[in-house]
Amino acid sequence: MKKVSIIGAGMTKFGERWDKSLKELVVEAGIKALVDSNLSGNEIEAVYGGTMAAGRLVGQEHVGALLADAMGLNPLPSIRVEAACASGGMALREAYMAIASGYHDVVVVGGVEKMTDVSTGDATIALAGAGDVEWEYFSGATFPAVYALLAKKHMAEFGTTEEQMAQVAVKNHENGSKNEYAQYQNKITLEQVMKSKPIAEPLKILDCSPITDGAAALVLASSDIARKYSDTPIEISGVGMASDTLPLHDRASLIELNATKVAAEKAYRQAGVTPKEINFAEVHDCFTIAELLAVEDLGFFPKGKGGPATQEGETALNSKISINTSGGLKACGHPVGATGVKQAVEATWQLRGEGKGRQVDNAEIGLTHNVGGSGATAIVHIMKRVN
Amino acid sequence: MTVGIVGYGAYVPKYRIKTEDIAKVWGEDAERITQGLGILEKSVPDMDEDAATLAVEAAKIAVKRGDIDPQDIDAVFVGSESHPYAVKPTATIVAEALGATPHMTAADLEFACKAGTVAIQIGMALVNSNMAKYALAVGTDTSQGRPGDALEYSAGAGAGAFIIGNKNIVAEINGTYSFTTDTPDFWRRPGKDYPSHGGRFTGEPAYFKHVSSGAKGMMERMNTTVEDYDFFVFHQPNAKFPIKLAKDMGIPKEKVLPGLMTPLIGNTYSGATMVGLANVLDKASPGSRILVASFGSGAGSDAFDIKVTDKIEDIREKGAKVQTFVDNKKYISYGEYVKHRRKLKM
Repeated sequence: MKKVSIIGAGMTKFGERWDKSLKELVVEAGIKALVDSNLSGNEIEAVYGGTMAAGRLVGQEHVGALLADAMGLNPLPSIRVEAACASGGMALREAYMAIASGYHDVVVVGGVEKMTDVSTGDATIALAGAGDVEWEYFSGATFPAVYALLAKKHMAEFGTTEEQMAQVAVKNHENGSKNEYAQYQNKITLEQVMKSKPIAEPLKILDCSPITDGAAALVLASSDIARKYSDTPIEISGVGMASDTLPLHDRASLIELNATKVAAEKAYRQAGVTPKEINFAEVHDCFTIAELLAVEDLGFFPKGKGGPATQEGETALNSKISINTSGGLKACGHPVGATGVKQAVEATWQLRGEGKGRQVDNAEIGLTHNVGGSGATAIVHIMKRVN
Repeated sequence: MTVGIVGYGAYVPKYRIKTEDIAKVWGEDAERITQGLGILEKSVPDMDEDAATLAVEAAKIAVKRGDIDPQDIDAVFVGSESHPYAVKPTATIVAEALGATPHMTAADLEFACKAGTVAIQIGMALVNSNMAKYALAVGTDTSQGRPGDALEYSAGAGAGAFIIGNKNIVAEINGTYSFTTDTPDFWRRPGKDYPSHGGRFTGEPAYFKHVSSGAKGMMERMNTTVEDYDFFVFHQPNAKFPIKLAKDMGIPKEKVLPGLMTPLIGNTYSGATMVGLANVLDKASPGSRILVASFGSGAGSDAFDIKVTDKIEDIREKGAKVQTFVDNKKYISYGEYVKHRRKLKM
């Protein structure tokens, strides 16, 4: 199997991009990644893209061909993948495999979602499709409700508190304030989170990631030719993906996302590293409870200790392990199909030392963790600087 | 040629419903909504009031203040998005009630919340071109908010009327500038009882972009800065938007508050900017300079550079001030409000 490196990365500003269409967002991110890669363009062999609900949100299907067209990459093969909120991460994995298998040498990966063209209600319904609609959405459970159940279970089992969850949002806004691409660059206080509008008990509005427009893109190359284009190629050293039941009620356990654990074990094994060696991670904090589950399931903290660790500041920038330096889904924003790719863009910047005001000291190894739905899909990538 | 305001008046119905009483019905947190919108209560019209009667009340005060012979009013334009008739003008009702008919022209205007300020611009043009001795411009609304919608907390009722002329001017209009685009932030289709809106889209790309562009465009054309003005009157769909706009533009809050009526009467739509301006004229000393920027969804903003003259003091006390209407209030319950607004369909 060939080794695979990231040689180009770019993203749009995340937020309410009222003036940009789905296609314009793709162009903005795609061009940035291509320029960053120093390719002439002719080297690219294929395009992989992730979007969850372009059809539902803006009426646009056939996003595969649209990606190639928008980026000026016709007539290359262009493939759209969908795995709910993990669509971006899945596109990256497909692209990785295309190069690892030796079939392609250079490919482009994109992720995009245009969410603010519809009302919050319509976006919520579109997102509910990430769960089991027959068992969950038809019974009235939208995503905040599903994650609220996970939060309740965690609180009952481990004594996790609402304040500990709120601290995730406070910390991620702190990081987001240092990221020019973040939707929210304002700092928030614990009190603001605690007093914010209830959504699905115990989750409040400031526990939830926002509705966001945005796109992100990467250029991947076989590691043996990566140095031709980049002085600082970032190698993807481990990849793991796992699936689980769509509805919560079929899960063996609600104190963890098993798909995350399985995907992480695979990725760690391939990369030959342990959780202790990871310097920073972009994890899927669609709700604050999701970050607590993630830092436990990824092995950074023992099960049940995510809350206290967060409260103690152990996940803040340049503490024990820097979690969500981009601001995470909470502050950087969550254009669902773009998120998995954005996480890898942030990891690339950190490993290159381009983290600006939020640079992780001595960043050698980073991890990205992208979740679809309430954990029916989990995708983990481990990346490292090649010295 | 100098043109300006020669008479002005405003009217707000006396009924009020408190934000907390609406919130209670819908199971919402009243304190959060009150703080978020900055609206404590909103005005509600009586059973027999509509946009036409409100306009007449405001216009009568304007005529009285200006000591105008109604027969000298050669044009009446009424801006509203709640004209009582789909076809049949409100403006003729107003003109007839004032005694301005028949040797005159009249028409209704609609541009969401800014049709009243467009009426001022048309009035300026008619007076400037000697096509009219006086022109009456009215902005009036009994605005609609779907039960349970965010708009229900703000949609109020009120009217502002300004007589435009070129003699005995109490407030000179030094210039006007409009900023207009096709932006679908808020609309109501024919036959529908309530408007639809684009949620958060009504903020940055609609209100803030247009009102700030209107105000800045006016200042660029007048070669002025924020410091040159004593008062700023902005369209006020709630209290939060105009205060945030002022902050973004570096305008001290004290210059905005005298023209901000929303906290106690709600958003009077076509009346909003005009009632705010009337309240400033009730207070401003001669020589004061006012920047006005209205907003109409769809979307556009009309800005005016206005200077108050010495004559304001001769006419100010001749009619009821805005504060009189704000203070004269009677609270009603949500049930009575539903009756007043004919929201109950049987």
